[in-house]
Amino acid sequence: MIDLVVSPFVEFEFMQRALFGCLLLSINGSLIGVFLLLKRMSLSGDAIAHAILPGAAIGYFFAGLNVLAMTVGGLIAGVLVAFLSGITARKTNTSEDSTLASYYLCSLALGVLIISMKGGSVDLLHVLFGSILALDNDTLYLLYFNSALCLLGFCCCYRFLVMDCSDSVFFKGLSKYSGYSHYLFLFLLVFNLVAGFHALGTLMAVGVTVLPAATAKYWSNRIEGMLFIAFLVAVMGALLGLLSSYYFRLPSSSAIVLWLGVFYLLSVLLGTQGGVLRSIDRKVKLNEEML
Amino acid sequence: MKLPNRFAGFILAFLCSSLTMAADKLSVVASFSVLGDITKELGGDKIALTTLVGSNQDSHVYKPTPFDVQTLAKADVIVINGLSFEGWITRLEESSGFTGLRVVASKGANIIDLNEEEHDDEDKHHAQEHKKNNEHKDEDHQQSAAHKGQSEHNHGDQDPHAWHSLANIRVYINNISAALMTADVDHKDYYAVKKQAYLAKIDALEKRLAIKVATVPVAQRQVIISHDAFGYLGRDYHFRFLAPVGLNTQMKPSAADVAQLIRQVKTQNIKALFVENVSDDRLIKQIGRETGAKLGGHLFSDALSAKNEPAATYLKMMEHNIDTLIDELQKTL
Repeated sequence: MIDLVVSPFVEFEFMQRALFGCLLLSINGSLIGVFLLLKRMSLSGDAIAHAILPGAAIGYFFAGLNVLAMTVGGLIAGVLVAFLSGITARKTNTSEDSTLASYYLCSLALGVLIISMKGGSVDLLHVLFGSILALDNDTLYLLYFNSALCLLGFCCCYRFLVMDCSDSVFFKGLSKYSGYSHYLFLFLLVFNLVAGFHALGTLMAVGVTVLPAATAKYWSNRIEGMLFIAFLVAVMGALLGLLSSYYFRLPSSSAIVLWLGVFYLLSVLLGTQGGVLRSIDRKVKLNEEML
Repeated sequence: MKLPNRFAGFILAFLCSSLTMAADKLSVVASFSVLGDITKELGGDKIALTTLVGSNQDSHVYKPTPFDVQTLAKADVIVINGLSFEGWITRLEESSGFTGLRVVASKGANIIDLNEEEHDDEDKHHAQEHKKNNEHKDEDHQQSAAHKGQSEHNHGDQDPHAWHSLANIRVYINNISAALMTADVDHKDYYAVKKQAYLAKIDALEKRLAIKVATVPVAQRQVIISHDAFGYLGRDYHFRFLAPVGLNTQMKPSAADVAQLIRQVKTQNIKALFVENVSDDRLIKQIGRETGAKLGGHLFSDALSAKNEPAATYLKMMEHNIDTLIDELQKTL
């Protein structure tokens, strides 16, 4: 049994690289995912992931499959969309979801336009879907850097972020820096998505961010607990995904996200914090007590 | 009822313009760059040629623009490869209202049946690898089974990349040239001369390539490439090509596919890896890093290169591919 789990990673370097990349992504993915969830912004992650497209496309056309160019392009596009929508929402007193939706759709359309204008030799879908099986050194360095930046950001501003999530109105009254912690968080989100995009592709990168956090919510009501469980779930998903891709010929990134989906569904049913079966159980007990 | 009149006027103007164009030069549309180049060689300055999928572009993921549809609507002849290579062509023809002559260039060519080819390949391989252990044979079985599954899924049962065979290209030339002669009877003699000249060039190239290929023994002609487009080159010159992705550039490889390929490279001691101009090379590079096999330059498969690159015409492409393959293999001898 152990041999079945370990042997692919011992024999093949690309499996080691894939697992390592997933581990790095799990660290900041679970961090960011939990706060996204608490801020009720889980779908924003998806929107921003789409917004990265034109930047990455421009980077790709200037420098080919170059990690740095595509990262910088994606970062600029993602940050621009995230910040423009934040500022527009705050200045014009509209909700952030509508401004984000508008900006990201413009950005996505622009991306599609650029891609079709240039034609392009490599199917851009390949690029957009990432390649977890072919992580080169550049991509791994980027993932390292991303994790370091993310951990540093959270170390410095953890309290602010928690306060911003739990009671943002109170936090606004308390500190004039409340806005900055939000922007810092947005920046880390964008960076995380851009880094994840190289490894797993735009859409799957959102999967490893959002799904572990959503799963963790069914098992703990404390932030620390959620962070830990989300990390564990992300790592398990990556491991099982890679192994099933190895043994059952499944495309890797979708296998990883589907395993996360399985964990999520199980947690919806069995979770100790508001899982379906548990709440039915509780209702039955309550009824019995009342009788 | 003013509107229909106006429409009629439009259509009349449209027809006139296409008629004047036809009177001027034969308007020909070729589906992708390889056919475009061959048609240009055969039609010379008597045709006005448009190529839909240009150089360095992937025909699998082509999306027609309104301009393409317009061009096709006015064309007299369209040249396509057939064998489901241009999956989009039927819809494009219908939507453009194309009424001209349609040439399927690969018609009558010697086509590789993918199911049969797998069997042949396997048998040959078994003969070669008779002494190797059983485990290894099992892997091979698995792989060809997987390949079969993939190819059936994507392209029907026939390998569409028939232009990589010089023998087949003579059939292409005959088909295209015959169509030009039918569509433009006035210049029949001109096309006949052009055809003979081009066939002579093909003959010369074939001789040169045969000599070049003979410098590497058959057993050594094993190569890894990023997309399975060279079945015909393999058949003609006894190369054995292995690829992580099946026939289609859109296929996503699984960890199992990559692992199998790496094992194969290691056990069979394959030394040369090649990249194509129309595919994602990250995976091939990873395999190179892991096995120590060398990356041996670009091959051209589904598209010609830009003018300043080494495969700007069909003849140059064939020459470049064989030269690149053989030069790299010679280093490993």
